[in-house]
Amino acid sequence: MSKTVQSCCCSTKEKTQKEKYDEIANVIELYKGKDGSLIQVLHLAQEIYGYLPLELQKFISQRMSIPLSKISGVISFYSFFSTAPRGKHTIRVCMGTACYVRGGKSIVEKLKEILGVEIGGTTEDGKFTFEIARCIGACGLAPAVMIDDVVYKQVNVNKLESILSKY
Amino acid sequence: MVNLKINNKEVKVPKGTTIIQAAKKNNIYIPNLCYLEGVHQLGSCRICVVEVKGAKTLQAACMTQVTEGMEVFTNTQKVRKARKVLYELLLSDHSKECLSCKRNQNCELQELGNIIGIEESRFEGERSDNSIDCSVSITRDMAKCVLCRRCATICNEIQGVGAINAQNRGFKTSISPAMELPIGDVNCIFCGQCTKVCPVGALKETDSVNEVWEALYNPKKRVVVQTAPAIRVAIGEEFGLEPGSRVTGKLAAALRALGFDDVFDTNFTADLTILEEGTELLTRLMNYAEGKETALPMITSCSPGWIKYIEHTFPDELDHLSTCKSPHTMMGALVKSYYAQKINKRSKDMFVVSVMPCTAKKFEIKRREMQNDGFPNVDAVITTRELAAMIKEAGIDFVNLEEEEFDTPLGFSSGAADIFGVTGGVMEAALRTAYEIVTGKELPFDKLHVKPIIGFDNIKSAEITIKNPKPEFKAIDGVTVKVAVTSGTKGARELMEEVAKAKSPYHFIEVMGCPGGCIMGGGQPRSEDPDIRNKRLKGIYDEDESKKIRKSHENPYINELYKEFLGKPNSHKSHEYLHTHYVKRGEFNEKTDERFMVSKTAHQPTPNDYTEKRIYKTSVDEQNGENHNESAKIAALSAENARLKHEVEDAHKTLEMFKQIIMDYANKE
Repeated sequence: MSKTVQSCCCSTKEKTQKEKYDEIANVIELYKGKDGSLIQVLHLAQEIYGYLPLELQKFISQRMSIPLSKISGVISFYSFFSTAPRGKHTIRVCMGTACYVRGGKSIVEKLKEILGVEIGGTTEDGKFTFEIARCIGACGLAPAVMIDDVVYKQVNVNKLESILSKY
Repeated sequence: MVNLKINNKEVKVPKGTTIIQAAKKNNIYIPNLCYLEGVHQLGSCRICVVEVKGAKTLQAACMTQVTEGMEVFTNTQKVRKARKVLYELLLSDHSKECLSCKRNQNCELQELGNIIGIEESRFEGERSDNSIDCSVSITRDMAKCVLCRRCATICNEIQGVGAINAQNRGFKTSISPAMELPIGDVNCIFCGQCTKVCPVGALKETDSVNEVWEALYNPKKRVVVQTAPAIRVAIGEEFGLEPGSRVTGKLAAALRALGFDDVFDTNFTADLTILEEGTELLTRLMNYAEGKETALPMITSCSPGWIKYIEHTFPDELDHLSTCKSPHTMMGALVKSYYAQKINKRSKDMFVVSVMPCTAKKFEIKRREMQNDGFPNVDAVITTRELAAMIKEAGIDFVNLEEEEFDTPLGFSSGAADIFGVTGGVMEAALRTAYEIVTGKELPFDKLHVKPIIGFDNIKSAEITIKNPKPEFKAIDGVTVKVAVTSGTKGARELMEEVAKAKSPYHFIEVMGCPGGCIMGGGQPRSEDPDIRNKRLKGIYDEDESKKIRKSHENPYINELYKEFLGKPNSHKSHEYLHTHYVKRGEFNEKTDERFMVSKTAHQPTPNDYTEKRIYKTSVDEQNGENHNESAKIAALSAENARLKHEVEDAHKTLEMFKQIIMDYANKE
């Protein structure tokens, strides 16, 4: 799946699978044996790994001595958890009122075209997951696009290619 | 004590009593569905709602504890209406093909509808999960599931396996293995306890009745049947007899009437198991005493559910298992070799059917190890319930049958074999023989019953000191043999954790996969009698005491078998036919490619549709051995897909709203 890719612009190096698993193991160690800690662990595990595939669920199941079916039950109950891979970066186009009236929609259309995916999709190369957001609280910068935790202000369709090329 | 009023009647019950229990004690029945006293009181179906004075909403009677001065009304107009609506809502997402359902007229949902007077089903609409998941042992028909969650409670709390749990939420909830994987693909041990508590036809044994009929009608086949010890004290219930009634003679007669060519008794090979397993134990004890390397404690291997459990959960401790096959596969192996030779038949013309109180036995006969000379030891396993269905279908008046005997040579047994059907029985039978072989004296217990290991405690233990053994057992003179007995895999886990840490104080452990042993097996008749296990247990011990021969090594046909065929216990030939080895599976089946799903076919699937399917790793990332199998991937993707679709819908709605706002503004101007 995700190979270790040296990223050009990220400040942190992409972690290897092993490092991610080790990190998750540490989290489990921290919470192990405490009642009701499964959700915390899953939350952190998703943050570290990006999503919660079956293999990772098995890992957590074994380490926490909780049946796999129970873990999968919790994951499938809460929509926050995802069992499918997400792109390395998440693009969120703001569709709040301000951004919408200033052209958010055309940005969405253009991004669909560039990325070749629908809203909610992940690009074939696994680089981007494309989502739309309600107001992100940056109305003064409308129309705004967020990629991971970076906000791009006053975006228009012509700027998109150059923004994306940074990733 | 707490004073309260139920339907204006003053009652007094102990503190901690729930409303449903208080009502029952006072002869008031509150309709319910998911409730299982002492086991499952979660209020998941809410059918048992009642009105409590002062409470804002209706209360689930199975969960609400009584309080001083409480006033409960179980049959007000509000309650009656709520119950009906709740019931109709259950029906709205239930496949209502009652007439062609295995549980027709034996269905708790149907019975409940009758009790609360349902005459219509007003809510029709979309249905949730309607998949059928078929393994060699258990079939899950999710269109019939009412989400009562009894099965999940049994699997998690009672058995400690946790193969199934609620997945997804709301309308999409289904009680399934993780990521909705097929049940044959996960660590389900096929004990079938879930099939006994399922109130509807959602969980059941995978049908084998049809293949048995086909064999019976096939003139080329010599069809041999055997029945397990626990059947004879339970099958009567299916014909209205009191639980625990001993119907051994009628059972033999019914099997003959069904057209089986030879009616044998698994009891015979239970006796044989004692000689093989007892000898194996003594060998291990002697090795240990002489300082040789050997795996102790030795653990019994008769229960295939237990075997699957240890293979999944403690794959590194398999050398503790006795290498003996289970009695019915021993019988199959002998029928197709020893007996076939005796009657001048070829192995391939023999068809062996086992009647078992067990769903896991259906899985066991599909194991690669359970064959000899290229033929499976046993061709089909039917449960007690399935045999009863066959007897009914054939129009046999079971209750009024004249008693008959099993056929010889493989139908004769000692009392020691009878008690194989109950927790503690295999151990007691083994001790009766082993003690006598070693010391030449009878086991020093009243009526040969090892009292400390009889009954339904989670873990039972006993000690027997060997004094003045025969010269060949000098090495274990003075040794106090410690034994333990448990039933149900939760207790087994406790004992195994000690074994895994090499801290087990025991020499010999008996494990049966189902709580209570085979008499309470997953293939036994469903019963609402709270005292059912004691009644069946009594039946088993009565059967034992009614026999003249009560020790396995005194069974004359066993001795004949050794003389004519096997030589002596644990001989080369014994090992070839009667012993086996085990498979390391791992908790997630990661140590084996063996799976027990049944491939989809046009007709009602049977265990024989099972094609040996090896799933190879579709490894993506070698480094971490990412092993997504196809179905998991699809399940994951479709779940994610659904989630995203929802989000898109939301977004569209928001868009529409904004459009409207903008339009409004535009119009104002």
